[in-house]
Amino acid sequence: MSQALVEVKGLVKHFPLQRRLFSTAPVAVVRAVDGVSFDIRRGETLGLVGESGCGKSTTGRMLLRLIEPTSGTMKFDGVDVAGLGPEQLRECRRNMQIVFQDPYASLNPRMTVERTVSEPLEVHGIASGEEKRRRVRELLELVGLSSYHAKRYPHEFSGGQRQRIGIARALAVNPKFVVCDEPVSALDVSIQAQVLNLLQDLQEQLGLTYLFISHNLSVIEHVSDRVAVMYLGKIVELAAKDDLYAAPKHPYTRALMSAVPVTDREQRKKRIMLEGDVPSPINPPSGCRFHTRCSMATDVCREQEPELLDVGGGHWVACHLCQ
Amino acid sequence: MALLEVSDLRTSFTTVDGVMPAVDGVSFSLDTGKTLGIVGESGCGKSVTSLSIMRLVPNPPGKITHGTIMFDGHDLLKKSEVEMRKVRGNEIAMIFQEPMTSLNPVFTIGQQIGEAITLHQKLSSREALAKSIEMLKLVGIPSPEKRVKEYPHQMSGGMRQRVMIAMALSCHPKLLIADEPTTALDVTIQAQILELMNDLQDRLGTAIMLITHDLGVVAETADDVAVMYAGKIVEQCEADELFKSPCHPYTIGLMNSIPKIGSGARRLQVIDGVVPNPYQMPKGCRFHPRCDWAQDACRESQPELVDIGGGHLVRCWRAGEVLA
Repeated sequence: MSQALVEVKGLVKHFPLQRRLFSTAPVAVVRAVDGVSFDIRRGETLGLVGESGCGKSTTGRMLLRLIEPTSGTMKFDGVDVAGLGPEQLRECRRNMQIVFQDPYASLNPRMTVERTVSEPLEVHGIASGEEKRRRVRELLELVGLSSYHAKRYPHEFSGGQRQRIGIARALAVNPKFVVCDEPVSALDVSIQAQVLNLLQDLQEQLGLTYLFISHNLSVIEHVSDRVAVMYLGKIVELAAKDDLYAAPKHPYTRALMSAVPVTDREQRKKRIMLEGDVPSPINPPSGCRFHTRCSMATDVCREQEPELLDVGGGHWVACHLCQ
Repeated sequence: MALLEVSDLRTSFTTVDGVMPAVDGVSFSLDTGKTLGIVGESGCGKSVTSLSIMRLVPNPPGKITHGTIMFDGHDLLKKSEVEMRKVRGNEIAMIFQEPMTSLNPVFTIGQQIGEAITLHQKLSSREALAKSIEMLKLVGIPSPEKRVKEYPHQMSGGMRQRVMIAMALSCHPKLLIADEPTTALDVTIQAQILELMNDLQDRLGTAIMLITHDLGVVAETADDVAVMYAGKIVEQCEADELFKSPCHPYTIGLMNSIPKIGSGARRLQVIDGVVPNPYQMPKGCRFHPRCDWAQDACRESQPELVDIGGGHLVRCWRAGEVLA
């Protein structure tokens, strides 16, 4: 058994933009994810962090094939997920589930909690009848709700409770791997802490492996074992959490970290201010994609695309200046 | 005298479920050139407080039932609607959370900034355009002559928020109310906008009332902070003091529940439970059902906001002990 549960190589997703009415030929493509490779080890949490539009959610959804990749390979437990037929894919999805960002939009308002949580049990033929009801009650208690909540509808719950229902649904089939796509971004801080602790407890109890996607660097630091930073469809830096936060190497990661507001007013530090906005993924800059906003960019950055290379101790960086 | 002095403000909403006291006896003051941060979680009444100052609370169902809002020596609650219109956008301006929805998609940026200028400052449309360009330059938008003719959809979120700030500052307001101005933005863009607001405040001397749920944002910008919970201010003092020695159990809980980079903590401390139902506020201190420090007095009667020294106001029966 290999150490990695998920192995991703050269994953690409281009969304075609069709503008002309009677033509199917795309006018342009949005390079949402443009060649991303990483492993997720058994039992670890890989944090995927980046700003809006960097392709982190698209990457997460491609792993479950909720979005079909344009090219690249993804192996889950040694099986090539990209090449599976519909029946095999369903079988495979028993082991990989997702928790979505918006607890208001990701639950069907017309279904009781019991139906929502039991649906995956039916789809995968895991349990029915009394056995199914027992499992639902068990799951609700596992995520910190009570069995009497089973007959209620989503509108009767607060945001934090709804997120717990979403987690119960994901865990119903006993998955090995869960993609958490911004699971706490829509919640108030006091509730956010409750959900983060719950996710950690569940990981320890059930031996889960997480891909944790978030734009919030503090949340990522709290939950992850290793962290990958994305910018414009590429991973620019990937390292063990402690290494990355103690000594970020890529200029983008450094700017990102210095932009986080801190509550310790004595520790306020000099900011690295990034000029301008993220360029369009339709026509990304040549060479290093960050060179347009990088204060240290040189000619080689403008011309040659840097590769993601190990600079020592499993610290991977895609930057000419760090290699 | 303070520029803005709110005292015992009460705003409630009447619905089929009963009367909901969204803001329940809030008092604070704000001086020229200072920033007051109002922090709290969803539903604590921080946005309704700002809408009350602007007299923009929808009526019905909302109603300001009590209090005074002294702005520059006049009570805003005594002004007629016509007089209020001269205040809004001119002396008090507001920027909102959603830069996507607070700009009109069918007018150019220049037309939208120009509207307030022509309305309040009686300038011609050509002068207004020149002024719009000047404002865009002030908020750091590149090639403003070109941008002024563009529509909101041609700009990114950060750019749109800059446009909102340009619009808000175009009539040189004495007070700027910023309601979650950076919540919809990415961190690197948030840093740009916060720096812009700090910089403009230094140059123009505008007083800023910053409403946010993010303690980090408050720590970066505010001079004074008021923490709200269930319609009431529970703690209020200078920002340095608040972050150094928070006294209310809710404030402490809130600070402990945010993950901090480099803390190394495996688990986060949480505030158990959820905010109370606004139609059935708990008896006594509104925070007591979630408070580890609660004792009989907390369950019986509502504590007052008391000064525990040096202008540090806390609404807690056990403030002294919590601190120690």
